[in-house]
Amino acid sequence: MKWSEFFTSSIGKKFVMSLTGLFLISFLIIHASINACIFADLPIFDSNDNGEIFNKAAHFMGATILIRILEYGLFVGLLLHVYQGYLLTVQNKAKRKVGYAVNLGNRGSKWYSRSMGLLGTLILLFLVVHLAHFWVKARFTHTLAPISYNGKEMHDMFSEMKMVFSNPLVVVIYVLGCISLAYHLAHGFQSAFRTIGVHNNRYNIMLTSLGYGFAIIVPLVFALMPIAMYLGWVA
Amino acid sequence: MSSNTMNLTLKVWKQKNSQDTGHFETYQVKNISDEMSFLEMFDVLNEELIAEGKEPITFDHDCREGICGACSMYIDGKPHGPWLANTTCQLHMRAYKDGDTIVVEPWRANAFPVIKDLMVDRTAFDRIIQAGGYISVNTGNAQDANNLPIEKQLADDSFAAAACIGCGACVAACKNSSAMLFLSAKVSHLALLPQGEPERKIRVTNMLAQMDKEGFGACTNTGACEAVCPKEISLTNISRLNKEYLLAGLTSEK
Repeated sequence: MKWSEFFTSSIGKKFVMSLTGLFLISFLIIHASINACIFADLPIFDSNDNGEIFNKAAHFMGATILIRILEYGLFVGLLLHVYQGYLLTVQNKAKRKVGYAVNLGNRGSKWYSRSMGLLGTLILLFLVVHLAHFWVKARFTHTLAPISYNGKEMHDMFSEMKMVFSNPLVVVIYVLGCISLAYHLAHGFQSAFRTIGVHNNRYNIMLTSLGYGFAIIVPLVFALMPIAMYLGWVA
Repeated sequence: MSSNTMNLTLKVWKQKNSQDTGHFETYQVKNISDEMSFLEMFDVLNEELIAEGKEPITFDHDCREGICGACSMYIDGKPHGPWLANTTCQLHMRAYKDGDTIVVEPWRANAFPVIKDLMVDRTAFDRIIQAGGYISVNTGNAQDANNLPIEKQLADDSFAAAACIGCGACVAACKNSSAMLFLSAKVSHLALLPQGEPERKIRVTNMLAQMDKEGFGACTNTGACEAVCPKEISLTNISRLNKEYLLAGLTSEK
C-alpha cells in the first residue's frame, strides 16, 4: 500500500484525526497544569503569591528554543486536525444525498458524538478569541506589562488575566468554550483510541471511563480560571 | 388464542425507479391482527392494492425468519423498526396499537440507490466481499478439524462476527452512511481464525479500498450501527478492523 493510499483511505484519514487529537489532548494537560499555578494565590496556599508562580511558569513556557519548536508542532497538529475534521465532515455528509423524513436521533448515539464538527467549530472560534487575548500579546505585540522577580524581567500574565476576566461577557465566552471542549472530549477521547485499534474490552472500558473523567476535569479546571479571576478568589 | 385487530395509517415511500424523485403515499390498513408480522401486514395491503387494480408496494424479503438479511425497511426512523436485535420480518404487529401512524422509508445512502419503493440495491456489499472476504483452501480431502487448534474465546468472537447477515441496517443508521460495522464483521470473522492468516493483510486492504470506492462514509464511532444491528455485531469489531488496517498499511513491503 502506498502512503498516499493509506492516508487517503477512510481509516487513514481517521488515523490522522486520532493522532492529532491525542497530541492536542496531551497539550491540554500541560496547558491546564501550567495555568493552574494561578491557584497558588488561593488563601489556603499563599495569598501573597500574587501570581508569582504562574508568571514564572508562563515565562518558562516561552524561554527555551525546545518549547518554541513544540509550539510550531502544536500549530501543525491543530491545523491538521481542523483541516481533516472539516474534510471528513463534508465528505461523510455527502454520502447521503437524500435524507430521512424521520431521523434515528438519540436512539442510537449521543448527540455530541454526532456533533463533533459543530463542537470543533465552536472551539475553533473560541481559540481565535483566546489567542488574541493572550498569545498574540505575549508573542508578537508585546503589550503586556513587565514584572521582575529577583532581577529577571518577564511578562505579567497574571495581571493580564485579571484584566481580561474583569469583563463578565469574556468570562461567559470562556465558560462556553470550556463546555464545548468538554463535550468534544467526551466523544473524542475514547473514539481516538478506538480509531488506533484498541479493541481489548478491558482497555475500552477503562479508556471510556478515563475519557469521561478527562472531559469533565480538564475543562472544569480551565473554566474555574476566568471564574476565579472574575469573582476575586485569586487576587 | 384471541388476537386483537387494529386499524393503521401507513406513510410509505413510493419511487418508480432510481431516476424518479419519489414521494410518500398514505395508506389505510384495516383489521390487522396483532399476531401478524410487519411484512404480512404489507402482504395484506398489497393484496388489497392488487384487487383494486393499483400497483403494490415493492419491498425486499426472503427467509422471513431473520437469517437472510433481505428485508430492509426504515420504520419510524429506525432500521428494522422499534424492537432490539430484530429484523423487519421478525417485527410483529403487537408492537403497535390501534390508530398508530407508521412511516416506512427505504435505506438511505448513495451507495444503496433505490431500485423501486422500499427496495434498494445492496450489491455494493457483494463487491466488498468479493474484494477479499474469502480464504484459500487447497483442494482434496478436508484435514482433521483437530489439526487446527483454535482458542475458545477467538472461535466465539469469530462466530459472533460471522453472525452478520449483511442487511445494511448499520449503513442506514450511520450519520456518515459508513459500512464499517459490516466490513469489520467480515474482516474480524476471518482475521480471528488461523484459516484467515494467509490473506490477512491483503484482505483488509482490498476490502476497505472497495468500501471507499463504493461511496460509503468513514466511521466516527457514534455507535448508532451497533444499536440497530439485528445480529448485535459489536462496535469492538470496528476497532479490530482499524488495527488490522493500520498494521497492514504500516507494515506493507511496498
